[in-house]
Amino acid sequence: MDVRAGVAMIEAGDGLERLAKFPFALLTWVGEDGYPVSAAVQPEIDASAGTVAFRAPAGMTVPLGGEISLTGSHIRPQPGVGYDERRHVTVWGTATHAANSSSDARLTFVATAAWGWDEATIPFPEYVERQVGQSHRYLARLSRETGRLVRPRLSLGWLTLRATRLPFLSATFVPVAIGIAIAAVQGYFDLASAVLTLIGAAAVHLALNVANDVFDAHLGADDQNVNPTQYSGGSRVIQYGLVSLRRMTLISAAFYAIALAIGLLLLLTRYSPALLAIGVLGIVLSLFYTAPPFKLVYRGLGEITTAVGFGPLMLVGAYVVQTLGALHPEPFVASVPIALLVALILYVNEVPDRSADARAGKRTLPVRLTRQAVVNLYVVAASTAFAVIVLGVLAGFLPLPALLALLALPLVGRVRDGLVRYYEQPYGLMAVMAVNIRVHLYVGGLLLAAYLLVLLVSAIVPGAPLFIRWR
Amino acid sequence: MIELIDAALVTELTVVRRDGRPITYPLIPMWNGENVVMTSSILFSRKLEHCKDNPRVSLSFSDPVALRGRQDRATIQGDARVIDGDPHTDWEWVLPLWAAKEPVIMQVLKARVAFPLFFERSVIEVVPRRVFYWPDGDTSRPPLVTVGPDSPPSAGTAA
Repeated sequence: MDVRAGVAMIEAGDGLERLAKFPFALLTWVGEDGYPVSAAVQPEIDASAGTVAFRAPAGMTVPLGGEISLTGSHIRPQPGVGYDERRHVTVWGTATHAANSSSDARLTFVATAAWGWDEATIPFPEYVERQVGQSHRYLARLSRETGRLVRPRLSLGWLTLRATRLPFLSATFVPVAIGIAIAAVQGYFDLASAVLTLIGAAAVHLALNVANDVFDAHLGADDQNVNPTQYSGGSRVIQYGLVSLRRMTLISAAFYAIALAIGLLLLLTRYSPALLAIGVLGIVLSLFYTAPPFKLVYRGLGEITTAVGFGPLMLVGAYVVQTLGALHPEPFVASVPIALLVALILYVNEVPDRSADARAGKRTLPVRLTRQAVVNLYVVAASTAFAVIVLGVLAGFLPLPALLALLALPLVGRVRDGLVRYYEQPYGLMAVMAVNIRVHLYVGGLLLAAYLLVLLVSAIVPGAPLFIRWR
Repeated sequence: MIELIDAALVTELTVVRRDGRPITYPLIPMWNGENVVMTSSILFSRKLEHCKDNPRVSLSFSDPVALRGRQDRATIQGDARVIDGDPHTDWEWVLPLWAAKEPVIMQVLKARVAFPLFFERSVIEVVPRRVFYWPDGDTSRPPLVTVGPDSPPSAGTAA
């Protein structure tokens, strides 16, 4: 089924029931001269019989035996804004004289077809999404009429932002910056390699984002999704015809090439077996996140892959670039809350996508779990992230200022409440997804701030007790 | 009549499909000084296709709520022309007229990246040919009929 083929016709009886809720109806027919004519009437609707009767407008000749329609249309004006509560319905039938009527002006018809839209049942963003197929058909017709290719456009800046999903780079900057900061606290810091690490990691992330769209387009997941939001459902530049599949493939390949080149440069200049292993694993996980034959996200491994990739691999990877391969438990411990929280970004963003994902065979956790289990798992995983920070500090692996990250804990409750309240409302979930992203960003930012504080205090007061030492 | 068009937040545009079926779409009507203009996204472009196939259309101004309290009603018959050379920019001249009725559209336009196809649009311009007017909105009384200089040869449906 092409879910983007438009809003389907509705049952005639359903149309009549909807029409009955409007204060009047607009009677419309096509006159002998070919122009439509409309006039307001008061319909008497018998939805169970599927019929409607009305008095013909005075001074006008409604054609008997021809197709006519009755339309109900509603808005609620919002001064200074426009209007809302949009809904309309049209019911068609063939007019005849009403039986048992003493007046020729009294007409009736049996409803034979109906069509309409009510934004209370199909939110506007979903309505838009369902019409994408029609927009392509129209542009194809326009291209034929004008003799040139007419395509939708966006400015280069907006298109880049949308196609690469640039704002999600925070998921890369957080672990990389923390990895570099931990190394710096331990006395390792090289500015050039730190910058290269950041750029290389960002390139892998952008390559992954674009590749994800390419393979989801191939596999149909994004095509099936009529409830995308700014946080879920992919960039949709392919579905909208803004960027071709081929160009997206090339963009992804270009980002992978940049990442590979930087990775090789770092290996040549700061080689360690750990860096080689992390680099290879990072690229492989990134590519096969959506790509066949592994399609990790389709097999229910998306959340784990994301946790590993944007947690330990990014954070420890950035760390070993600085330390030239020296390993320590601290970056591993610090990467655990980041890994859990970044996986939870994906996890919550998958909630509105779950129907489309299920249709496309994408077995994400929200596809496989019940509503209650999804909420419970969120609370357990997020709580674990904060517990690891506390335990890490108590065990002496993380510095005392890392406890600053607990300031973000109340946001977990807001996400949990939002999930419970808006689980079935994709657009209601948008605000919840935004808060959930902030949990990761704030915890990461506060951990980074903690390490910068440690650096500062250590410089001012060497030997200051910033880690708990039990012996 | 221009006051009625200016007051209306929504009109019902009726087009005629190839098989003769009338189809009605709610749209924001705007008066550009000569004709009624409306704009439609390419997402909802079936009406545009119908207008191109058959330019004979009508516009109904009937809902007192959409007419901001006005009780009079009118139906304008006219010939539609679709202006859609470049759907990215060719509609933007109607923005001031559009924003006068739906001010929030300027804010939505700033977030064009979020609704890229919604802002690929065409303009429908309707040249009025005949007007049916009910001064008190009561259609149980015959309408006043005004015929334009280039109106169709037959009044057809009017009594």
